[in-house]
Amino acid sequence: MGKVAIIGVGQSKFVRKYPGSLRELAFEGFKEAITDAGITNNEIDASVFCSAPEYDKQRSPSAVVAEYLGLNPQPTFYVETLCSSSSTGLKLAYSMVASGLHDVVAIIGLQKMSEISSAESQERMGRGADIQWESPFGTMMPAYYAMHAQAHIDKYGTTLEDLAAIRVKAATYGQINDRAVYRKAVTPEMFTDPDNMMSGTVSSPLRVGDCCANADGTSCLIVANEEKAKQFCKKPIWILGVGTASASVNLTGRDRVHGLLAAEQAAQKAYTMAGVGPKDIDVAEVHDCFTIAELLAYEALGFADPGGGKELIQGQETYKEGSIPVNVDGGLLSKGHPIGATGGSQIRTIVLQLRGEAGDMQVQDPQIGLVHNIGGVGIYGNVTILGNQ
Amino acid sequence: MSKAKKQEDVRFGKFGTVSFTKTTRVNDFIDYLENGKVMYTHCKTCGVNYFPPRADCGGCLSSDTEWKEVTGNGKLVSYSQLKYAPVGFDEDLPYSIAMLDYGDYQVFGRLDSSLDIDTVKIGMEMTTVVNELPNGQLNYIFKKA
Ligand SMILES: [Zn+2]
Repeated sequence: MGKVAIIGVGQSKFVRKYPGSLRELAFEGFKEAITDAGITNNEIDASVFCSAPEYDKQRSPSAVVAEYLGLNPQPTFYVETLCSSSSTGLKLAYSMVASGLHDVVAIIGLQKMSEISSAESQERMGRGADIQWESPFGTMMPAYYAMHAQAHIDKYGTTLEDLAAIRVKAATYGQINDRAVYRKAVTPEMFTDPDNMMSGTVSSPLRVGDCCANADGTSCLIVANEEKAKQFCKKPIWILGVGTASASVNLTGRDRVHGLLAAEQAAQKAYTMAGVGPKDIDVAEVHDCFTIAELLAYEALGFADPGGGKELIQGQETYKEGSIPVNVDGGLLSKGHPIGATGGSQIRTIVLQLRGEAGDMQVQDPQIGLVHNIGGVGIYGNVTILGNQ
Repeated sequence: MSKAKKQEDVRFGKFGTVSFTKTTRVNDFIDYLENGKVMYTHCKTCGVNYFPPRADCGGCLSSDTEWKEVTGNGKLVSYSQLKYAPVGFDEDLPYSIAMLDYGDYQVFGRLDSSLDIDTVKIGMEMTTVVNELPNGQLNYIFKKA
């Protein structure tokens, strides 16, 4: 198979409520990515649109977006794997280009969550689980991840302070990321002050401060084959590994709740394909929809041994200056989590890092970066490895 | 010729506070619940046990299954008490979701709401018991063994 590169990246600001329509939001990330790649929309010979359904009324949104972005009559596809939709989109686009069927493909991730209330949003996300057997009990994403947190605490002695420390780190970088929805600082004391909103329990043991914010936003990636990448782009970022796995939707079908097996399997596949290991990763973006999710990611990706995630955050090893910087753009916790846009936004961050264009968030001279993007509570695991060589 | 329409089997609409689907080929699960029994399915071809119940085996693809009752104690795998609820579940707050491990299958459900959450410990032995909700719907809960 031929080599495939990311030649352009774009992202809107992630905001509480985007004052425009779905197609107009898509335009923002797409325009930035096209400009970044130095091409026109005529160069795009297929597009993949990625979002989770039922946040807005538009059915088959890929068609509306392709029309608005001037991408007719080229083919367009709609892909959905909940919160990991746009890294799944990248894998599909990679396959389309590596197979030789297409030369340049745009991956547009988007979610306009503000069209429905927060409680309705929780109900939608809860139905990203098994609606026949689990949703009737009143499940929601924070509660499932809370069960993982409870199990991890019980098995490994992880503490609520460790989880709070992950949020504090996220906020450190959210403050310097002008695309983030949450720009304020977070201190450990906020989690212990009963009068502070951050300390309120959402689903035990997770508190408000352990949860990411809903947001409206879009991301866009442009991928190209080697020939086009070298023609258009001074700093192509190569896709070295695309590992994906799936797991039982029912929690009852899982062999563990102190980790996410699909993430571990996706990581193994990505490492094997890229021919690298955890120690080779210079910078990573992981799916921190909840603080516990970042801790689980440290272990799934092999940055820490099982149960060792807490030592990484305690030692500040995942800060920008640490041995394995993670989510130095604020992560989902501060940047916000517009479901379908999230994976593309994570990938954009790593592309900018590997180009040396991450500004105040820049890690020193990274060569290889990793993106861990999870759909549902570990139903879909996507791990992508990128390199600048 | 009878003109009577065949009644649609919508028994599953009785499952849980809010049921999101009414028709399933394992609708008998509801009849068992009404008789105080929580059931799982056993594949008669390859021997695998399934909770939640299934009409078809995902391993050998046989549809020759039989009902068996969830009995005895399971070990609490994990749990969480919700302080916010999705739309439709507000009246139940606070409630706890949980999972029990029965060895060759696991059961996902709710903790008994009369349990003091501070006394709940992962690994504790619990039983699965049918429960009628205030709105007349049926589910099952986990009680201390
Ligand atoms: Zn079977």
